[in-house]
Amino acid sequence: MSEYVGLRGRAWFRTLTGNDQPRTGDPGSVLTADGQVGRETAVFLCVVPNPDSRFPCARDGQVGLEEAYALANRIRETIDDDRDKPKPEKRPIIAIIDVKSQAYGRREETAGIFLAAAAAADAYASARMAGHPVISLVAGHAFSGGFLTHGYQANRILAFDDSGVTIHAMHKEAAARITRRSVSDLERLGHQIAPMSYDVRDYAKLGTLHKLLYVNNPIEPTESEVFEVKQAIADAIADARTGAEDLGNRLNSPAAKETRKASRTVRALMEKQWVTV
Amino acid sequence: MSESTFVPSFVNRRSFIELDGRARAQSLLDEGTGKELVGPFDRIESPWLPMQDAVPQADDGCIVMKGRTAGNPAVVISLEGAFQGGSIGEVSGAKMTAALDLATRDSSAGISTAAVLLLETGGVRLQEANLGLAAIAEVIASILSLRQHAPVITVVAGTVGCFGGMSLAAGVSSYVVMTREARLGLNGPEVIEQESGIEEFDASDRALIWAVHGGEQRVGMGLADALVEDSIDEIASVVRRYVLAGKPAQHRSEQVPLYRERIAALDTSKQIDPLTLREQWVLRDSQGGAR
Repeated sequence: MSEYVGLRGRAWFRTLTGNDQPRTGDPGSVLTADGQVGRETAVFLCVVPNPDSRFPCARDGQVGLEEAYALANRIRETIDDDRDKPKPEKRPIIAIIDVKSQAYGRREETAGIFLAAAAAADAYASARMAGHPVISLVAGHAFSGGFLTHGYQANRILAFDDSGVTIHAMHKEAAARITRRSVSDLERLGHQIAPMSYDVRDYAKLGTLHKLLYVNNPIEPTESEVFEVKQAIADAIADARTGAEDLGNRLNSPAAKETRKASRTVRALMEKQWVTV
Repeated sequence: MSESTFVPSFVNRRSFIELDGRARAQSLLDEGTGKELVGPFDRIESPWLPMQDAVPQADDGCIVMKGRTAGNPAVVISLEGAFQGGSIGEVSGAKMTAALDLATRDSSAGISTAAVLLLETGGVRLQEANLGLAAIAEVIASILSLRQHAPVITVVAGTVGCFGGMSLAAGVSSYVVMTREARLGLNGPEVIEQESGIEEFDASDRALIWAVHGGEQRVGMGLADALVEDSIDEIASVVRRYVLAGKPAQHRSEQVPLYRERIAALDTSKQIDPLTLREQWVLRDSQGGAR
């Protein structure tokens, strides 16, 4: 695992909003700020490491109870503020993602972290269904329950084309242990079987990603690279506004038509059989 | 059997847990109404398991059955815990999403179609890793879409429990029904022990596991709605009740201020005693808090 989890998230949040402090009442790990994208204001959200967290298992960039509910709260605030606006004026919500995982702790389980995670996913999806363009930018790590909680409900997902970016269901060491493979076997398998891969270019083959963005050094982007990233976010917002408010694009993209054939077959057959019952 | 024979009720109780996923689904639909969709004879198997020398199954461990419950259109989606631990792969995930989306389509056209999810699952199927995770994100999205129109009822009966990403699916459901044998949580005890150490969670401590994740605790603290016996009749009756009740005025996963306040009030300097927490949360429920 990279020892830099969270650095990229904070760096991009600062770059895109000019801010890196939490709002009053929020934990140190949840950043929310307005930022300009094109000619409109978007709401940016990011989860960063908080070494001072009250929860010992949520100090290194994991998404825990406080993070999930703080995200849900900020997103619901945005939905409420824009409730009476026509859809084209509803503010875009941009999730910047660099999260290690969900928090693996007993305190979290006891207090129902599954519901906290569900509440955050609910808030993101509710924003999307209300007509807010929800865009995720994967700047570093996007693992497992951390990603389900923060970002996977977006209309459009962007990611940097970079070896420091990993989107996966489980980190390598744990996956190797559970599937009884060595880490090198797992890496080799990943290149043959796209959904197993830890490489973001293989992830892009699944069809769930809107676009890969290239930045030479994602921790210290140049001015022109920042401009291009902002442009890509603006394009994704525009694309989301013209598209459906569900996640259908993840199954109908050109890459999904190649890789997710089985999913598409299931859907077509289910629809055919459904109407005959 | 007549009562005069003095046979205790549990002797005649028909166990739900002992049924396989298909029989469970059938048992919750009105007699003669259930029809399986994209069933084993359609043979849509996981394309990813054979590549890794794992044996696929013709239904991919997910049974979709459309029919009626209490006379109302309903679809039951049942995960077979005996196949790959009920884990979500590309095909099983796509079956869930497709069925939920069709129920949404019917419901928004005026034919309210409830969904009943029988969740026995550890979450993502690791051999299909990123497609499993993507499928779970889509299942969550589809539940959130359907529950605007019709109730989504999750039943966790046991014995696998409901963990990983699929615990979020339970979390966004309209109602959650559990037995005492069922467990519900994001991270299972073994995962926590591996990631955070045995002092954080001793996965061999059975009493601790049930105290934290068990059905009695989850219902007791208000994170699930009904605690039921392991009985086909009782589970079917509770499911019918929720189908007839329709969607709740507010879903649990929308109650952000309430839960945020509860989390803020926790003393995190030490582990949290499950029973004490249950008492605190239930007390506040009775004062007009959570549903």
